[in-house]
Amino acid sequence: MTDDILIKVEQLTRYYGAQSGLQPAVDNISFEVRRGEVLGFLGPNGAGKSTTMRIITGNLAPSHGRITINGIDILDNPKKAKAGIGFLPELPPLYRELTVDEYLQFCARLNRIPRDKQANAIGSARERCGLSNVGKRLIANISKGYQQRVGIAQAIIHSPAVVVLDEPTVGLDPIQIREIRHLIRELSNEHSVILSTHILPEVQATCDRVQIINQGRLVLSDSIEGLIQHMQTSSLRLRTKNRANNDLLLAIEGVVAVDTIDEDYVQIKHKPEINPAAAIARMTVEQNWDLLEMTPERRSLEEIFVDITTAEQTTDEPVEPPGVAA
Amino acid sequence: MVFTLAARELRSMFLSPMAWVILAVVSGLCAYFFLLYIDLYLQLQPRLAGLSNAPGVTNVIVMPLFSTTATVLLLVTPLLTMRLISEERRSQTLSLLMSAPVSMTEIILGKFLGVFTFVLLMLALVAVMPLSLWAGGEIDMGLWASGLLGLVLLLASFCSIGLYISTLTTQPTVAAVTTFGILLLLWVLNLAGSTGNEGGGVLNYLSLLSHYQPLLKGIFSSTDVVYYLLLIFSCLALSVRRLDADRLQH
Repeated sequence: MTDDILIKVEQLTRYYGAQSGLQPAVDNISFEVRRGEVLGFLGPNGAGKSTTMRIITGNLAPSHGRITINGIDILDNPKKAKAGIGFLPELPPLYRELTVDEYLQFCARLNRIPRDKQANAIGSARERCGLSNVGKRLIANISKGYQQRVGIAQAIIHSPAVVVLDEPTVGLDPIQIREIRHLIRELSNEHSVILSTHILPEVQATCDRVQIINQGRLVLSDSIEGLIQHMQTSSLRLRTKNRANNDLLLAIEGVVAVDTIDEDYVQIKHKPEINPAAAIARMTVEQNWDLLEMTPERRSLEEIFVDITTAEQTTDEPVEPPGVAA
Repeated sequence: MVFTLAARELRSMFLSPMAWVILAVVSGLCAYFFLLYIDLYLQLQPRLAGLSNAPGVTNVIVMPLFSTTATVLLLVTPLLTMRLISEERRSQTLSLLMSAPVSMTEIILGKFLGVFTFVLLMLALVAVMPLSLWAGGEIDMGLWASGLLGLVLLLASFCSIGLYISTLTTQPTVAAVTTFGILLLLWVLNLAGSTGNEGGGVLNYLSLLSHYQPLLKGIFSSTDVVYYLLLIFSCLALSVRRLDADRLQH
């Protein structure tokens, strides 16, 4: 991974409808992606993921803000900047009446690949996306998974600096999803990849960095390692043969709450700075509860996601009386 | 780049049965009219022979044929132009063009050129029909060329109007109906002009038909040609603006 920044987004804002009074669909978002990085863009439906991606790729104009692709401003010099982008929208933009080869040929020309290099470019895009044996078939007749791959092939055919994929694994079966994820990892060797999704394990499986967007605002931006740290919480799960005494556990230093989950399971919440595991182990031996299992609990990515996105909603939901917008 | 887009457009047209059906129907209809006018000429011939300054074959057969062809194509062009942009918008393939290093002007010119090439092809089939008359006589090539030029200009304006309407909507049918309505209105606008009302001159000038008729008579006036060129250029410019507004939308 080198340090050069391939895409830089500064204070991006986009309004739909009347300029003032309405909450923007994308609100003052800034981020950058380096070469070789896969950035996961997470958010609930309608959070502004697709809008952001469409702005980055020049499909929508931003209300404010600046986007530079490989150092070129997309508003000042759209043609040159767009040459550095490959975009797969939510719905792959396919001409269903063409064959896969014809379609890729058209995309190669559209992206101004020199005539003598077109055959190579098409060949390698087809190869990388596993399309070699469907080249002669009509796009309308191939399966959804293959259509998705044609969409990706279209986005990488001109070896762009930045590949933007909007929900690339939607509607695919688990095997196809694995293949596409593998392909995305492979792409990151040469390109920067921005990936939007609302499937959380996908982020863990493919991305280096995660950004969570909610109501148009960036609410979290962290590396995968940082996110895993986030997932460690201050609670333990204790399983004993004989039932544990909650009051005794509560007396241990640092323990905040004890919940009985099941006959032999208890969940112990503790202060983050004190780890009471050793003390609990000692107690179980002293009290003859017969320790069977003690595990630190981890929050799933799902829980973090829900936490972040719902917390935002309750704390600063803009009060918008209906009818004012008109 | 414009040619790449035009070639794709043309290719997609011929990959659907639509283009072939339209070609077949148009040439079938025009051939029928051609025969009809030949028949008419044969009936008139004895009487025409008596006149001192009689209209020739070209006037009686070829020009009515071109005139009828224009009416037939008025009905057909909306069907060709309706899906140009609206279909791409509906199936969301427009974003392929939008995120490619291509300008809006190139997209519009490519689309226009694609559909116009198809129309020219259709026109070529009709234009060669009268040439068969060389077998039995002589036709006025100057008049033929003037009529054909009129037809080409007229159809280019049909296409550009249709293209603009297609950029306004996501529904091809809506585009077709609207285009047809506008074309027909522009076509018959001179009816109001010919009643002698005030402002009739303006309406007469705006009519598509009133600039076509002189060319059918063999009168080449730069006013008529400029009228068509202006119309085509304005519609294309409006289309570019409308497509650009997609990025700024809502």
